[in-house]
Amino acid sequence: MKAAALAGGAWSKQWRRWAPVAVLVGLCIIIGLFNPNFFGGANFVRMLNTAAIPLVICMGVTFVILMGSIDLSAEGVIAICAVAASMLVANDFTGIAIGLFSVPAAILIGSLVGLLNGLIHVKFRIPSFMTTLGMGFAGIGVATAILGGVMVRISDSSFRDYLSLGRVFDIPAAVYIAGAAVVIAYVIQERTRIGRWVYAIGTDEATARNAGIPVDRTRIIVFGIAGAFYGLAGALSAAQIGRGHALISQDRLFTAITAIVVGGTALSGGVGSVLNSVIGVFIVIVLTNGMVLMGIEPYVQKGVQGLLIIAAVALALDRSRLDVVK
Amino acid sequence: MTTPVLEIRNVSKSFPGVKALDDVSFAINKGEVVGLIGENGAGKSTLLKVLNGIHQPDQGSIFVDGHPVTITSPRHAFDSGIAMVFQEQSVLPTLTVAENIFLGREEEFLRFGLLSKKRMNAAATKELAKVHLSVNPAMRCGDLSFADRQMVEIAKALSLDTRIKGHVTILLDEPTSVLEKKEADLLFSIVRDLKSRASFVFISHRLEEVLEISDRVYVLRDGKSVKELESRDATVKDLHQLMVGRQLHHEYYREARQAVPSATTVLEVQSLTKSGSFSNISFALHEGEVLGIAGVIGSGREDLARCLAGHTPFDSGSLKVKGEQVHFSAAYDATAKGVGLVPAERKVEGLVAPFTVAENMTLAALPKFVSGFRIRFADENAVARQWIERLSIKTPSTATMVGSLSGGNQQKVVLAKWRIAGVNILILDHPTRGIDVGAKEDVYELIRDMTAEGLAVILLGDTLEEVIGLSNRVLVMRDGEVTATFEAAPGNKPAQVDLVSHMV
Repeated sequence: MKAAALAGGAWSKQWRRWAPVAVLVGLCIIIGLFNPNFFGGANFVRMLNTAAIPLVICMGVTFVILMGSIDLSAEGVIAICAVAASMLVANDFTGIAIGLFSVPAAILIGSLVGLLNGLIHVKFRIPSFMTTLGMGFAGIGVATAILGGVMVRISDSSFRDYLSLGRVFDIPAAVYIAGAAVVIAYVIQERTRIGRWVYAIGTDEATARNAGIPVDRTRIIVFGIAGAFYGLAGALSAAQIGRGHALISQDRLFTAITAIVVGGTALSGGVGSVLNSVIGVFIVIVLTNGMVLMGIEPYVQKGVQGLLIIAAVALALDRSRLDVVK
Repeated sequence: MTTPVLEIRNVSKSFPGVKALDDVSFAINKGEVVGLIGENGAGKSTLLKVLNGIHQPDQGSIFVDGHPVTITSPRHAFDSGIAMVFQEQSVLPTLTVAENIFLGREEEFLRFGLLSKKRMNAAATKELAKVHLSVNPAMRCGDLSFADRQMVEIAKALSLDTRIKGHVTILLDEPTSVLEKKEADLLFSIVRDLKSRASFVFISHRLEEVLEISDRVYVLRDGKSVKELESRDATVKDLHQLMVGRQLHHEYYREARQAVPSATTVLEVQSLTKSGSFSNISFALHEGEVLGIAGVIGSGREDLARCLAGHTPFDSGSLKVKGEQVHFSAAYDATAKGVGLVPAERKVEGLVAPFTVAENMTLAALPKFVSGFRIRFADENAVARQWIERLSIKTPSTATMVGSLSGGNQQKVVLAKWRIAGVNILILDHPTRGIDVGAKEDVYELIRDMTAEGLAVILLGDTLEEVIGLSNRVLVMRDGEVTATFEAAPGNKPAQVDLVSHMV
């Protein structure tokens, strides 16, 4: 009888798998009908460029969510890494100018903060929600303290060109870098042991432990990987606006979580993919872009985004499996 | 005599309130299939979990090929040549078949840190061929049927055979309970094929199966190994007798106080059916009666209890409380009609541990203690004190956190809660699980008190002995159906062995 129930659920399962793509296509068509400019090449390049940094952030957060935890530290880690990167290239605040080496430096700093997240979460058994929320605020605090409220202006134009502004085939460098981040994340997800174990832990931690998976170590490493992506996002942010300051990552977290959930990755863990998050990022970007094209007020746009995240959970989550909803 | 491949000597293991294994010794020889039987809670699964490194024994030692070992984790057990097929499936639905088979052991498919899915799938295909399962190894396990997933689980354990040099032991904890006859036969033929390479420990409630496949059988009872016998010398009837063994103690269950139920029917169940759990259940429960329900895990009795208390809906049939047709959509509907469930998972479902004794007691009847928006704490406390005295609950005060009380006293608080709520039909799901002997007797005493006051009780006992000892009547369930009904008047109780023959 259980087999029959499975067969009955196959259709809805397929729907869940493809719903995010259907939503994205549907959105494009609707917005295109309202405003034909939407389908213009320039608009597409603009959207890709807007999507670049959120994509990089989402690659990190997705792994943590697939593992059944949550990472709310992105904004703080990005702020620290952006400030660090801007201080390492030619700038008006420090005398250091190591050029593009600031990128691996930012990634390293990001992954160290991420590992710290993981260590605190695992070793002191503090829920990831609290650990990373605290770490996020602490990160913004540290970035503010270092700068004492001022801004770092970047004078290294090649740093900005290689990371963000320079164009190849009329597409900004940031888009290629985000593309590379997606490929790396996909390889980690599909072709490494950590990738497998993330799914196993997110689905059923007890079973994962019984299978001999080093659950604690995996958790710490995954937070470190997430931090590395935030580090890259920090460097990209600094390059994009040519400055480093503590509030550089404002609103990034909410967009990232919305994109991941809308993309169909379950907050309960085990279900989803970095590719789902790519679709999710584009749903959020297209929707925002479309609302701008239609002349909808920015505050209303925020409201729509908020409703979107609730609607996405309502549609995507198989709540019949849950005993208690907290 | 050759050295056993796996042996345990004098192993004991306790959990809070229960001695799960008591000085058990047990040996498996090369190429042997050993059956392990016993009632629910006899210690079978605990024994396998000790062998698989999930539990560490409190006392005693384990030997692999004659060498003493400490098995620290399932992975360690695997590397020592021991693999287990779990009773509750451990196949992860979100991973593919191949990923499940090699979960935690992906090293051999790594090249420069990257997994080769191709080689992993090819290796998985070989393992699947052993269990004659022809599914695509790249398929997600969540898309497989339940029985196919069980075969994947078995393939995962059998993969040990190609990966470990030397002799291996495979532990099968009720592998056939979800399989059809054809699939079970297939499993048995695989087991026979592999006997040259592997030994097996086999747990099943289906005793015919145990005798069919095993060379030797161990019988466990109350955590003790009570008998070891050759399968060819044994019959199913012998095993029944050995599983239950003891005589009833009349006084222990307060049989003299067993009430004579009145003719008034308080609960009437007709052709109650819930697809996948139980079907066509009919019975009537009378004032002052204790109705026992006996059955093994999977008999459907737990689901039936939850349905009667409104925790889950049923598909068809009818339920009448005091002659009135009811259809509970939630537990509070049932409470309103006077039906309460004391759940087996006391800490999870029965009590709010950080609440006080008084708060827990009034939880189901809070509106009775509220005027306007205000809870009348004085009344709440007065009632709580009354019940603490009446049930002789050992607690420093009404404001003590319930979580700090002993198991037996916690159970009394749960009972008090339902009494305060005015419930007169109580469903007790394993009311004495995990509490010590003295507290058990208190609970038995309380059951007698309640029935003397005209309450009706449905009892899912911890042991068969308990069900028979306490009940006026016993329904026996198997595979979701009632297979027999026994009258159990004081001094004329049915024998356990008669019930068992309808249970398995």
